[in-house]
Amino acid sequence: MEHKLLDKIEIPHDRFEIRLSGSGGQGMILGSVILAEAIGVDYSKNVVQTQSYGPEARGGASKADVVVSTNEIYYPKAMQLDMLLCMTQESMDRYYADLHKDGVLIVDSGLVKNIPTENYYALPFTKIAREEAGHVMVANVVALGAIAAFTGIVSKEDLIDAVLKRAPRGTEEKNRTAVEIGYAEALKVKKDPTRRAED
Amino acid sequence: MVDTQRTLLLGNLAAVEGAIYAGMRFYAGYPITPSTEVAEGCSRELPKIGGRFIQMEDEIASIGAVVGASVSGMKAMTATSGPGFSLMQENIGYAYITETPCVVINVQRGGPSTGLPTKVSQSDTMQARWGPHGDYTAIVVAPSTVGDTVTETIRAFNLSERFRTPVVVLMDEIIGHQRELISLPKPGEHQVINRVKATVPPEEFQPFRLTANGVSPMAAYGEGYRTISTGLTHDPMGFTTNKPEEIKVKLDKLRNKIMDFRSEITKLRVEMMDDAEIAFVSYGSVSRAVLLAVALARSAGVKVGLVQLYTVWPFPDNKLRDYCQKCQKIIVPELNMGQIVHEIRRVMPPDTEIHSLQRYDGEILTPMQILEKLEEVM
Repeated sequence: MEHKLLDKIEIPHDRFEIRLSGSGGQGMILGSVILAEAIGVDYSKNVVQTQSYGPEARGGASKADVVVSTNEIYYPKAMQLDMLLCMTQESMDRYYADLHKDGVLIVDSGLVKNIPTENYYALPFTKIAREEAGHVMVANVVALGAIAAFTGIVSKEDLIDAVLKRAPRGTEEKNRTAVEIGYAEALKVKKDPTRRAED
Repeated sequence: MVDTQRTLLLGNLAAVEGAIYAGMRFYAGYPITPSTEVAEGCSRELPKIGGRFIQMEDEIASIGAVVGASVSGMKAMTATSGPGFSLMQENIGYAYITETPCVVINVQRGGPSTGLPTKVSQSDTMQARWGPHGDYTAIVVAPSTVGDTVTETIRAFNLSERFRTPVVVLMDEIIGHQRELISLPKPGEHQVINRVKATVPPEEFQPFRLTANGVSPMAAYGEGYRTISTGLTHDPMGFTTNKPEEIKVKLDKLRNKIMDFRSEITKLRVEMMDDAEIAFVSYGSVSRAVLLAVALARSAGVKVGLVQLYTVWPFPDNKLRDYCQKCQKIIVPELNMGQIVHEIRRVMPPDTEIHSLQRYDGEILTPMQILEKLEEVM
């Protein structure tokens, strides 16, 4: 079908769109809030964070979008993702189609096995959280550290500040470690994309 | 100038900021998704500034407590969603007839009934106008961004106090659960209106005195005035009446005190309408998708514009007609099965082509869906 209007329209790429996706309880929404707060300390940027989740407290699909732009952000939801984090196979299957052709795909290699592209970064965030950062609960924070390294959308220092502002008292060190490990592991993978950390 | 005071604020907490700025010091509510963060924010902030927060046993009691606080002299608010808004209707009606200023935040979710607790909807647009039974005129405002939510909540309190009437802030899940970097208003940046208080000697006081503008000066319980609140139709003294001439005067007062000032109450955002041949009319979160769609269509040479309703009720009949007079076609995107579109059909000349664009599957209309509709009607 010929579209006399739609064919003429190209959505301008004046925004950077990030989606964190997984299942309820993995901390995707909190992760997106921390990321938005970390990016928001840069006063030249506008940031909008939105979320979508089900009525369950745990389980069910959960996703959160962060849109960053130096222009006014009209539409608050993501349209063509520049970065997609998938922490479950279900979220991989559901949201891959929303990723821009040049977008960055990041998956938890311990939890996501079927990946419809060769072009992705993989790290076992959940396993790293459990075995190296001290608690499985900080898997989202490990992933945030990796996002900072993979995309450069936020500095490690701003991210740590934002994480610590949200971390419950007594968990500061675990959370700081989680960012550091995620960042360091991602840098290794980024230098050598063929090197994929296995589960 | 770089504003270093920006904060990443949740839409629901923006409503709390706006309310406190406007002088709200009493909140009663019953938490319900997606409005819960309004209650959480009030429970954190109000005790710090000498206010009161009460979690009531349900929504019926919540709005009852809000009305009680207001007639005792406080600026009071509640917030709810979905089924909670339905439960509140009887006492919102009580607030209309007793002319009690108060603000009800409705963060809309999908329905009917329990419906979709975490999904967006604009399907309470008519309920916000016609929820309680009986004849009355409602004021309903609708923000579309986190920043708007602060200013529209302030405006809601101002209108409520000025006209002695409940005001509904019609939010939705996307606005309520969205965080944006905003600058909070500084003291003095926005006008804050307080209700007109009784100044006459107590023996001359009439709680519903007929005045030129229809608004009766109010006395709080405990201030030394004999004042009455009854849900029965009443005369200027507040005494129950069955006299046709007094009944009519009361109902006219409820309508005219608002409709005589409609042009001051209605507020619209008008974008690119000067030469527009096709207009979008929208309100709430969907307006943001429309804004992007309009910008994209303009870049492709289509003469299209947006009229966004910040005041949904009373409906801005004259202003809308004026802005859209050159448009042969109007598209009305709503996250429901078509509600405000009927008002636009009522207001516009019969030869205007009016198209309803509906989405009611729990998701927001996307800019591309809006552009597809535009192409279809072009």
